[in-house]
Amino acid sequence: MKKNKHKTVEYGRYGYFFIAPFFLVFAIFQLWPLIYTIGLAFCENYTDTMFNVEIGPTFNGLANLKDVLISKDGKLFDTYTCHALGNTLIMWALNFLPQILLALLLAVWFTDTKVKLSGQGAYKVMVFMPNIITAATIAVLFYSLFNYPNGPVNQILTSTGLLDEPYRFFNSKWATRGLISFINFWMWYGNTMIVLTAGVLGISPSLFEAARVDGATSWQIFKKVTLPLLRPIMLFTLVNSAIGGLQMFDIPKLLTTSGYGDPDYTTRTMTMYIRDLAFTGSKQVGKASAASLVLFVVTLFFSLILFYIMRDKDAIAEKKQIKKAQKAIAARKGAN
Amino acid sequence: MAKELTMEQKGKRAQANLVANHIFRNAVCVFLCLLSIVPFWILFVNSTRDSVAIQSGLSLIPSTHFFENVEKLLYQCNENVPLWRYMVNSFVIAGFSTILTVYFSTMTAYGVNVYKFKGSKFAWAFIMAIMMIPAQVSSIGFFRFMYQMGLGNNYIPLIIPAIASPSTIFFMKQYMESALPLEIVDAARIDGSGEFKTFNEIAVPLMKPAVATQAIFAFIASWNNFYTPSMILTGQDKYTLPMFVQLMRGERFRSDYGIIYVGLVITILPIFVVYFALSKYIIAGVALGGVKE
Repeated sequence: MKKNKHKTVEYGRYGYFFIAPFFLVFAIFQLWPLIYTIGLAFCENYTDTMFNVEIGPTFNGLANLKDVLISKDGKLFDTYTCHALGNTLIMWALNFLPQILLALLLAVWFTDTKVKLSGQGAYKVMVFMPNIITAATIAVLFYSLFNYPNGPVNQILTSTGLLDEPYRFFNSKWATRGLISFINFWMWYGNTMIVLTAGVLGISPSLFEAARVDGATSWQIFKKVTLPLLRPIMLFTLVNSAIGGLQMFDIPKLLTTSGYGDPDYTTRTMTMYIRDLAFTGSKQVGKASAASLVLFVVTLFFSLILFYIMRDKDAIAEKKQIKKAQKAIAARKGAN
Repeated sequence: MAKELTMEQKGKRAQANLVANHIFRNAVCVFLCLLSIVPFWILFVNSTRDSVAIQSGLSLIPSTHFFENVEKLLYQCNENVPLWRYMVNSFVIAGFSTILTVYFSTMTAYGVNVYKFKGSKFAWAFIMAIMMIPAQVSSIGFFRFMYQMGLGNNYIPLIIPAIASPSTIFFMKQYMESALPLEIVDAARIDGSGEFKTFNEIAVPLMKPAVATQAIFAFIASWNNFYTPSMILTGQDKYTLPMFVQLMRGERFRSDYGIIYVGLVITILPIFVVYFALSKYIIAGVALGGVKE
């Protein structure tokens, strides 16, 4: 018996060898860069363009963070960083809300046993397709499609008489933002739909049947059966989309003419701004790191909020009740 | 009697409703499919037309200038923008990262799944938690650290980090729980097989379907990556295809629309072929990857 136990312990040791490469690479290529970035956020570090010498990094406390969050005339959140963050959030929300709604609708349709859709496989293949095409290519494609004055979209709009003259899409803040949101929506709703469809298919069919026998309408079934049971998968989708969406880079970078968030920096996202700061002009690495830190905190904040909103309230309440009951029993035992 | 009639009427109405519903839903789906295809169709058609025709109006019927446009594109690229080389570069980077991702992710999942060691639960929780940290927030430190190690303008920072891919590990572990009974590992031990040999010769073959699915995703993700290469690579001969796409927005190519469209077609053609050949597995993989708990 003792020998046996010894043996299992010996095998267990091998586990470390198997997970070592992952942790080693993670530490070198992800963890250290993250710590390094956070460290640089508290340092003065930029390149003096006049003499082309790097200044720093020397510790300067919260100066970078202050620089990033408070404008020179003392207004909180009135900085390029916060504007870039605002742009990112706006474009993310504009793409995400329609995306999740359409994906949910399609997931319900594709799993509806009353109205069976034939050709589902083909629909899925088509709708998912934009998701795997290079985002850079898609951005340049849409740039060409919405070009002024001879892009195909302008050609359609003028030849059908919807517009009298070609429209400069990329000179309008909301047209450009809308277009970026649309491309993201168009690229991702197929993915979300497939994940949610798999989620609905994972729900036991007997639950739907029972609800139908009890005379529930489709809307009631959706609200009381489908949605609550989809919660874990919805959480996964929401968190993934929030994390990915806040890092948006390829499409806004390559869609507009200059690549710096035209018009007038209203489509510049956080990641674009961070890279503009760190790699162009006077290479303000310190400030860029502070902006990265802000982005990191905001991303974590949104993920945690989603975890909080989507938490299983019933399960938590149940756990509390069980604990209460256990305490009551213990108390009674103690009294006895 | 009257009651029965109304029942029948009700049934008929429900039937009509069902049919109407069916038509409506199919119409919406067909519209969405068109929405996915039309931009690519316009792209493809325009790549076969000459610049003057493209500017004069929209057409949905392919023309005959495709090879002419390819020639013009290659001429415009000449020696400074070696397009074929970019393709090879993209292929090399994506190929190596794919191999590393699937092999080491299977290995890590195996380590957590098969062995019970001190801290194995914590290791798993840790891997799940770091899935939530986007790589972009640490890109400044990453860039500087790579240059300090002398790895600037090098493929190593684009390939080696592929070893640490938490989402692939997650998928592998899910699959392993059902596809790899621990009894097999025990049996191999009794037969005297070493631990790593068991992993390479018994576990990996059993994981083949999961490895194939994840390999497709890893390859596409690396092939499409623009963020990291555009930060690390500075020499024009080391560029990847997404960076070539960025070059195409430059003045050099902007003059001729046919060239731009044909360039875009060349960058996405490999993915189109892979996608339509493997769409069944890709979509099954997406569905599996999302189903958690």
